[in-house]
Amino acid sequence: MKSENVLEVENLSVTFATERGPLQAVRDVSFTLHAGETLALVGESGSGKSVTSLAIMRLTPPAPLVALGGSVLFTGADGGKRDLVTLDPDAMRAVRGNEISMIFQEPMTSLNPVHRIGDQIAEAITFHEHISARAALDRAAGLLDKVGIPDARRRLSAYPHHLSGGMRQRVMIAMALACNPRVLIADEPTTALDVTVQAQILELMKELQQATGMAVIFVTHNLGVVAEIADRVMVMYSGAIVEKGGVVPLMTRPLMPYTQGLLHSVPRLDPEALGLSPLEAIPGSVPDPFRLPPGCTFAPRCRHREPACEAALPTLEAANGNHDVRCRRWRRLAEARA
Amino acid sequence: MTATAAIAAPVPESPLIEVRELRQWFPVGGGLLRRGDVVRAVDDVSFSIAKGEVLGLVGESGSGKSTLGRAILRMSTPTSGQILFEGRDVTKLGRRALRPLRPRMQFIFQDPFASLNPRMTVRQIVGAPLLIQRPELDGAARDARIGEVLRTVGLSLHYAGRYPHEFSGGQRQRIGIARALILEPAFLVADEPVSALDVSIQAQIVNLLIDIRKELGVAMLFISHDLAVVGHLCDRVAVMYLGRIVEIAPTRALFRRPRHPYTEALFSAVPVPDPTIRRERIILKGDIPSPLAPPSGCAFRGRCRYALPECASAVPPLRQVDGGHWTRCIRDDLKLGRSL
Repeated sequence: MKSENVLEVENLSVTFATERGPLQAVRDVSFTLHAGETLALVGESGSGKSVTSLAIMRLTPPAPLVALGGSVLFTGADGGKRDLVTLDPDAMRAVRGNEISMIFQEPMTSLNPVHRIGDQIAEAITFHEHISARAALDRAAGLLDKVGIPDARRRLSAYPHHLSGGMRQRVMIAMALACNPRVLIADEPTTALDVTVQAQILELMKELQQATGMAVIFVTHNLGVVAEIADRVMVMYSGAIVEKGGVVPLMTRPLMPYTQGLLHSVPRLDPEALGLSPLEAIPGSVPDPFRLPPGCTFAPRCRHREPACEAALPTLEAANGNHDVRCRRWRRLAEARA
Repeated sequence: MTATAAIAAPVPESPLIEVRELRQWFPVGGGLLRRGDVVRAVDDVSFSIAKGEVLGLVGESGSGKSTLGRAILRMSTPTSGQILFEGRDVTKLGRRALRPLRPRMQFIFQDPFASLNPRMTVRQIVGAPLLIQRPELDGAARDARIGEVLRTVGLSLHYAGRYPHEFSGGQRQRIGIARALILEPAFLVADEPVSALDVSIQAQIVNLLIDIRKELGVAMLFISHDLAVVGHLCDRVAVMYLGRIVEIAPTRALFRRPRHPYTEALFSAVPVPDPTIRRERIILKGDIPSPLAPPSGCAFRGRCRYALPECASAVPPLRQVDGGHWTRCIRDDLKLGRSL
């Protein structure tokens, strides 16, 4: 049985108007998100992964500061399809925080410091549903309990500064889940947390996803986290998708030299691998978005490049099954490795 | 050696740095008429670092690792205990007395954006320590030394006239490292120097630090929350929890067989970038306790799955379990593993 698509993103582009001229932060991004799955969006700073998720939520600044292109088809709970790129602001507000919600990296800056957390969660509920304040607070208490906050009813009256970082992120998740979203976009939700707390939050997100059947877009730069939670992975570089596929094929047999480089540059915990052996770093750094190279944007850092790579941007082609790669040499490189 | 050295965790032959029962407590709250509480940010910490050795210091936020790093470089005045640098007690030295020692010990900061003055050129930033500590050098000699240290970190004098904003995060961290190296220190404290960087760049800087320790023989206290990075770079590793060292061991020994339940949980929590591995995770309950009201006895016992009633009675002493391997856990019967 093929699960339905909740999001179909087609040729999404995001262009910022800046003093130095137009800056294309996201270029021609297309993907689908199935109900109940976790899609990891991986990339380094400036790769466009956060801007992609903000654009889906229409949280990028309005035109003329930002120009959105392409389409984001969202299938609501009622079965109707809507293009989020062109949806009018009022209709978008009804979707945002209701059918699609988002959690951010820094739970301290995302919560309002002068309001009790119970009221902040209840606000999200009363905004979308016509229920009494008391009923909304009851639901908020239930949500806090669901995200593993002990003594939930009493915690409704706590302020954000009363809570630890991990607890604040749980509150953010409770708020995002308040209206049973079909899609949850999580932008680096565990990056600011300690590893033991990160493990708690990842575990919680997996449990909640199983219970609710929501689809998750998980934006992260941490490949360990990707391996832990993702069903499918999309790797971005300089605003474009460079590789896309199932988590196991993509992480065990990556086809794009950039993905290979990223995986190799992560230090391992293996005691035998320890001790002053240099890591396989990727030389150089991400290109300036105002001066992108004409060809493959990774070519200047790629040890497999040949002159043709620098001539034109390769297309994202289907390698096998659902595994796509943007590299004109992938076939030859895969053969050479075999 | 003196009597206190016996209490200290492993002491190499001729330690460059020796820390004995160091405490850094901070008063909080309180007011004109009211006594406040005390945060024991660093409590009873002893260890030493040999010449050219790199000691990793891992722990979560609030464990006191940064406070410890700053105290050792005398960026703060410890509450009690002793810091010996090259055999000399520097614990209570004042600013003036510390000044001739400063070139020997330097600091590398976490944030390459906040730690460089945006109005200074690379030449001014990297050369500033020379102006203060080596005023006898003329411009040409200073430039020669700046060029030399920039080459060490993989940059060149060609960049010296530029400002920090013209560089990427990785390059800025190289500038910060060049500034720390220019006076040829014997000891560096590096506080999360790669945490703010992207993975591919992080690997470049880790490699640079490996080269620096090999070529210059500089000793380091390498503070990090990333066990894998620490494993790559360090000879020994100390694990901190709520102000105390709970385990200290040679890197391989610690990675092969941790002897403290907290270390085991830390290893277990690190996500491994291999989707074909499905591990049984140890998920710790709750958060690190408040340092204002630490639990009695072992500070970790509330979250420890091996805790016994005895764990509450007294703070467990560091005991040696193997050559150079010390743990602050009273249980000797545990077979702790690393679920890889």
